[in-house]
Amino acid sequence: MGFKSSLAALSTLMVLSGPAFAERGADGELRIIYWQAPTTLNPYLSSGSKDIEAAALTLEPLARYDADGAVVAWLADEVPTLENGGVSDDLMSITWTLKEGLIWSDGSAVTSEDVKFTYDYCTHPDAGCAHITKFQSVSTVEVTGPRSVIVTFKTPQPNPYVPFVGGENAILQKAQFGACLGAAAPTCTAENFGPIGTGPFVVEEFRPGDVMTMVANDNYREADKPAFATVMFKGGGDAFSAAQAILKTGEFDYGMNLQLAPDVMAGLAEGGIGKPIAGFGPLLERIMLNHTNPDPALGPDERAVVRPHPFLQEPAVFKAMSMAIDRPALVAQGYGPSGKVTCNWLAAPPAVDSDTFACDTQDIAGANALLDKAGIVDSDGDGIREKAGTPLRILFQTSNSAVRQDFQALIKSWWREIGIETELRDIPASVYFGSDLSSPDSMVKFYADVEMYASDFSGTDPQSYLARALCDKAPTPDNQWQGENVSRFCMPEYDALFETLTQTADPAKRAQIAKKLNDMAVENGMLIPLVHRGRQSAHALSLGGVNLNVWDTELWNAADWYRID
Amino acid sequence: MIGFAVRRIVMAFPTLLAISFVVFMVLHLAPGDPMAQLPMSVPPDVRQRLRDALGLDQPALVQYGKWLVQLFWVEPLVVIDGWTQNSALLGWLPDTHFSDGYQRVISWQSKAPAMQVIAQRLPQTLHVVGGAYVIGSLLALPIGFYAAYRQFGLFDRVSTFGTMLGLALPPFFTGPLMILIFSIWLGWVPAVYDTTLSVTGWDSLKAQLAQMVLPVLVLSVQTTAQISRYVRVAVLDQLRLDFVRTARAKGAGDLRVLTGHVLRNAMIPIVTVLALGVPSVFGGAIITENVFLVNGIGHLLVSALQASDLPLVLTLTFLFAVIIVSCNIVADVLYRMLDPRIADA
Repeated sequence: MGFKSSLAALSTLMVLSGPAFAERGADGELRIIYWQAPTTLNPYLSSGSKDIEAAALTLEPLARYDADGAVVAWLADEVPTLENGGVSDDLMSITWTLKEGLIWSDGSAVTSEDVKFTYDYCTHPDAGCAHITKFQSVSTVEVTGPRSVIVTFKTPQPNPYVPFVGGENAILQKAQFGACLGAAAPTCTAENFGPIGTGPFVVEEFRPGDVMTMVANDNYREADKPAFATVMFKGGGDAFSAAQAILKTGEFDYGMNLQLAPDVMAGLAEGGIGKPIAGFGPLLERIMLNHTNPDPALGPDERAVVRPHPFLQEPAVFKAMSMAIDRPALVAQGYGPSGKVTCNWLAAPPAVDSDTFACDTQDIAGANALLDKAGIVDSDGDGIREKAGTPLRILFQTSNSAVRQDFQALIKSWWREIGIETELRDIPASVYFGSDLSSPDSMVKFYADVEMYASDFSGTDPQSYLARALCDKAPTPDNQWQGENVSRFCMPEYDALFETLTQTADPAKRAQIAKKLNDMAVENGMLIPLVHRGRQSAHALSLGGVNLNVWDTELWNAADWYRID
Repeated sequence: MIGFAVRRIVMAFPTLLAISFVVFMVLHLAPGDPMAQLPMSVPPDVRQRLRDALGLDQPALVQYGKWLVQLFWVEPLVVIDGWTQNSALLGWLPDTHFSDGYQRVISWQSKAPAMQVIAQRLPQTLHVVGGAYVIGSLLALPIGFYAAYRQFGLFDRVSTFGTMLGLALPPFFTGPLMILIFSIWLGWVPAVYDTTLSVTGWDSLKAQLAQMVLPVLVLSVQTTAQISRYVRVAVLDQLRLDFVRTARAKGAGDLRVLTGHVLRNAMIPIVTVLALGVPSVFGGAIITENVFLVNGIGHLLVSALQASDLPLVLTLTFLFAVIIVSCNIVADVLYRMLDPRIADA
C-alpha cells in the first residue's frame, strides 16, 4: 500500500500544480476514438474487446491488473492473499471485502449482493455469457456480510485472482439487472446500453456501432476525479482515419488498436500534436504446425485424426523451416515499434518468457545443411526435397489481412530457398476464426499443413494458455471441434508437467514450470513463433495521465487522466 | 392510372417475400460465424453456448419463420404502441401494449432491436447522402441541359471533361484528398462527422454544415457527373426530333423551344433515372461514410456483414428491397403521367 499511497500523493501534487486540475469536471471534454465501434456496454454480452473497453469507463471489477501486470485492489478494500488470510490455506476459497462507503452512480450503496448477483447473472444456464470461463472453477459465491463475499472453488486454485478480476469481469448492479437473468439478458436493451456503475463516468447516450456520450460520475469515490466533465467515445472508419484524427487533425485525444504499417504510423506522428504508444502483452503471431495428416484423400472425418503428419513432425524439417525465417525483417515489415522478435510460444509476462532459444538471425545455409544431414534431399531434381518419397509441399493458410499476406509471401520465398514448396491461401476472418461446423476453412479444423494467426490470454497467469497444448484439447469431429489445441500436438510428458503446474502455488516455481512447458512445445514442433505483438495506441500530447495497460483495459485509469494546457 | 398503381403495389408483395427468402437462404448458406469476433481466449464450448443462445441451433426454416413473424407482426405492433403512447397525433388514444412480451427482430451484435439501430443511423445517412443527391441532381440538370444546347461548344467540352473526371475519381481517393487539403492543411472543417450534434441554434447549424461539407462534396461530384451525362443525352435526343424543327420553323425562340417543347419530353428518361437513384440514398455510401466516420446505413450494413449479424443484414436488405421496388413503382407512375401516350397495359 505504501507505494500506492505515495503514488496517490504524487498524483495529488501533480493535480494541485496545475491551476485548473483540482476539481471534478474542470477539464472539459475527453474525446476517445475506437474505430471498431462498441456495440454493447454489457461486457458479459460483448463480442470483443471494443465493448469491454467502452464499458470500463463505467463498470469496474473487484480487482484488476495494473500496467505492470500486478493485481491491484479496485472495488475491493485490498487484494486477498495467503498472508492476510483472504485466501484459505488449502487454496479452496478467497474472501473479498468491498471498500467502505462505495456507492453506485445512482446514489445507492454497492453491496456484496451485487457481487453475488454478477456471478448468478453470468452462470445462469440460459444466458449467453461471454466470460463464463472466469467462473468455471467456482463452486459457490456466498454473501458473508454487507461488504464481503466468499468465493469457493471446485478444486484448489493456485491463482485465485480470476473471478471478479479484470475489466471484462466487472460488477453489475443487482437492482438494475435483476430482471435480466438468463434468456431475458439480451432483451434488456436499456440496461445493456446504460449500465449503472461505479466508474468515473456515467453513460448519457449510447448508439451501438456509432457513438457514446458520457458525463462525470457525481458519486465517484474520489472527490476531485475525474478531471474531465464529459466523454465522447466515437467509433467507425478504420485504423488510419482514427490515427489521423488524433495525430494530424487533433480532433481526438485517445485512440486504440491503431495497427498500421510502421511507415504510415511514423508519417502520421510527424505532426507533433500527438504520439503513438505501444505496450506488450502476451499476443503472439505464430505458425501452427499440423500434427495430423490433412490429406484431402482421407475424407473429412479422418483429416483431423490420423497421425502423424507425413513430414512436419520430423525435427529437421520444422527446425529448418524456423531457421529460414528472417524474424527481424517480418517485424520491420509488419509491426515496427509494436512488434518484437520472439522464439517462444509464451512470450509474456517477462517472468515466464523463456530464454532457451535464439532465433533472431536467418540461417538459410544452416537450414539446408540440417535437411541434407537428415537425408531429406531433392532426389528427382524438381527443386523440392522429399522425405521418404513424399515431397515437402505445404499448404499455408491464414486470415485475410494485409500484414499476414505480406508475411505469407516472404515466408514462401524463404522456404523455397530450402527446398520446400508452399501454396498460400487466405480466408476471410469471419470464416477462419469462426467455428461454423459446416465450413472446412476454419482455423480449428486446420485442413492445411501450417496456419498463421495471433493468440493470447487474459490476465497474467498463463495456465489457461498452456492448457492449449494438452492431448485431450485437440479439436476433432468426435468432440464437435471443441478444443483449443489446434495443432493437435500431443505429448504425455507435457501433460504430466502441466498437471504439476495446476498443483503448484508458489509463483517462482510456477514460472519455472511455465518456461519448461513453453520449451517443450517449441522444441517438439507444435508451432513456429514469429512476432511478439504489442498493442498500438495513440494519444494527444495535451492528454496527461495515460499509462498504457496491456493486462487489462486501456481505459483502466481514465479517472486519472487530465488536460495539459 | 390508379388501377395501374394499385395493381403494381399488390404485385410487389409476393416479389418482396421471394426476395426476403432468397436473401435469407444466401446468408444462411454463406460461411461465417457471429462468434468469430470474440477474443481467442474464449473457449469453443462457450462459443457454442453463445451460438445456441442466438437460436442458431434451430433449423433454417424455423429461423426464417421467426424472422417473418417478428418483422410483419411484432414490429407493426411496436409502431402502433409507439403511436398511442407518445405521438401527438394519436396520443389521446388509450395507451396500447400489443407488443409486450413479444420478441422483436434483435441484432446479434448489439442485442438491440434492429429497427431501433436502423432508425439511429438514418438521420446522418439522409443528411449526407440525401443532401449530396439533391445537390448533385440540382447541379446536373442545368449543366446537362446547357451542354446539350451548345453541343461541342466550350461549356460542353469543359463539362464533359469535368464529368469524366468526376466519374473516374473514386471516393476513396477524393475523400482523403479533401481531408488532407481542407482539414489537415487548412483546418477549415472537421474530418470526423459528429453524429451526436443536434442543431439548436446558429452555432450548431454552422457546425453541422461544416461537417457535412466534405462528405457531401465528395458524393455530389459523383452524382452530378452521372446525372448530367444522362440529362445531356436526353436533351440531345429531343433536339434532333422533327417537332423541334417545326417549332423553330414557326419562329419560336430558343428559350421557348427549350422550356416549352424539349424540357417536358426530355424529362421522361431523366425522371426514371432520378427515381431509380433514390434507393442508393437509403443504401448509404459505404466508402464515403467510412472515410468521414459518418456511420450511416452503409457502415451499419458492412459492420453487420463482417460480424455475421444475420437478423440485421436480413432486415436491412429487406428494407432496401422495399425501397427499390417502391421507387420502381413511382418511376413507372411518373412515366405515365409525363407521357400519356403510354397507355394502361
